[in-house]
Amino acid sequence: MSDTIKLNKKNRILKPEMLVLEILTILLFILFMFPFFMVVLNSAKTSREIIFNAIALPESWKQLGTNVSLIFNNPTVDYLGAFVDSILITVFSLLVIAVCSAMAAWVMVRNKTWWSTLLFMAFVSAMVIPFQVLMYPLVRWMRISGNFINIRLLGTIPGIVFAYLGFGSPLSIFIFHGFIKSIPLEIEESATIDGCPRSKIFFKIVFPLLQPIIVTVLILNGIWIWNDYLLPLLVLGSNGKVQTIPIAVTAFAGAYLKQWDLILTSTLIAMLPIIVLYIFAQRYIIKGMVEGSIK
Amino acid sequence: MKQSRAVNILFVAPCVFAFFMIIVIPFFFGLYYSVTDWNGVSNNVNFVGLRNFSNLANSPDFVYSFLITIAYTLINIVLINIVSFVLSLVVTSKIKRRNFYRAGFFVPYLIGGIVLGYIWQFILNNILVSLGTTYSIKFLETSFLSLPHTVIWTMAVVNTWQYAGYIMLIFVASIQSIPSSLMEAASVDGAPFISRVLHILLPMMANAFTISLFLTLTTSFKQFDMNLTLTNGGPATRFMDTPVKASQLLAMNIFNTATANRMAEAQAKAVVLFVALLVVSLIQVSVNKKKEVEM
Repeated sequence: MSDTIKLNKKNRILKPEMLVLEILTILLFILFMFPFFMVVLNSAKTSREIIFNAIALPESWKQLGTNVSLIFNNPTVDYLGAFVDSILITVFSLLVIAVCSAMAAWVMVRNKTWWSTLLFMAFVSAMVIPFQVLMYPLVRWMRISGNFINIRLLGTIPGIVFAYLGFGSPLSIFIFHGFIKSIPLEIEESATIDGCPRSKIFFKIVFPLLQPIIVTVLILNGIWIWNDYLLPLLVLGSNGKVQTIPIAVTAFAGAYLKQWDLILTSTLIAMLPIIVLYIFAQRYIIKGMVEGSIK
Repeated sequence: MKQSRAVNILFVAPCVFAFFMIIVIPFFFGLYYSVTDWNGVSNNVNFVGLRNFSNLANSPDFVYSFLITIAYTLINIVLINIVSFVLSLVVTSKIKRRNFYRAGFFVPYLIGGIVLGYIWQFILNNILVSLGTTYSIKFLETSFLSLPHTVIWTMAVVNTWQYAGYIMLIFVASIQSIPSSLMEAASVDGAPFISRVLHILLPMMANAFTISLFLTLTTSFKQFDMNLTLTNGGPATRFMDTPVKASQLLAMNIFNTATANRMAEAQAKAVVLFVALLVVSLIQVSVNKKKEVEM
């Protein structure tokens, strides 16, 4: 604060209202961050300490390490396994969504026939359908069709990645579609004249041009898939072999009712990857979120 | 030509296949199950007409959830838009570290509903209550989550905390697209800050407010994750002489109905949710069309 005043004095413009705004903003910011402070603070306490005084500083920060290892070595909830599964599911889903949606959107833009327009309209209008209408028929359908082709879709990583492709592609195709429209056709035409096959045109010329919008698609879908709860719960089950972080967190909270030391530490571990990613890729994430919402 | 047609089909195939398997087929099954007696266990599904829907109208539990969801949505729309607008003004002012604040206010959006539900449950039931008892602050002594008339407001506050940073980004993008000469000219002419906001900023941001309105509306209407882990529907209250769960929003009502193996009834409720969202989307489309004409 003091150097604000100094700076203003130097410029000979003393603006008290700016100072008030600064102080109010800092207070607002602390209020916004308060829940996070409380999570960190209480993740470093024993259950008794939390009941005794939830607001005080922890007696020893070493307890944080103890709590974390208690979580990872827990006999009832395989937290580490859920962590790995969450990463695998998110990464594979993002890969499949980005590549397949880009391919489909490119055909829908460049191939001006009735069926590609119709497909695009179908994908866009499907975005209105809430998950609640689909979820129970989907589980039944995945069981029936899985039995039919003799591949287990429920409870497996390929099954849920396939489901994410279905749920993620409408918005992703929509975003890619808008971007591809702005790429001049001449680039692709000259390659066609040079005898480059169509599939190669896409992967060698168009796909690299999509890079900025791919980042947007990855971020929008990534935040959603990492935090998603209902779809994994229904497709993987609450105590199946494959788990995700949100399911593991609820399993923890269910098994250790009101043991806030463990519950809060598990939420801290759940939040950490996405916050670390945010610190490094903040610019892209903010840009991606804005672009995704405005389109 | 033949080759390019094959490529076209091959390129759209993965998305179209997933789309049909995950969305289209379950969607029609979902509509069909809503007019049957499907219970999720028996394979015998019989057509029962609109019985499920007429039952809903006489079910206090559903009517209550529907009304409380509308109330929750309205509170959210007001709170989120006001808070986000204030935040967007702050981070576009000449305040120091404005980019840091902008990045910080967005952090809650990155955390999933499941995780932040537990965090806020801890804050509301433990931290605030222990502050209340330690310093004998009367209104903090009972948790806001335990009273039927405060629980919906509390959920809206938590939801605002999560979404405000996201909507703020949309507002910031809109403010930054306004030519700065406009605001400066008004400032030189001696227009006070408030009238500059009212007569220049707000009208120029109309488009961003439309986006934010529909985003907050649809997300509040589908709210589930945070509802589950923050309140799980509680506390109990009475509606039309029947005990109901005071904070059981529509999506959770559907979930609980299905968990009780009343699948067809859950499906009918989901169809009602779908129709409500469909109406909202149609209004949005027509509003956007009107705007395009005006421009």
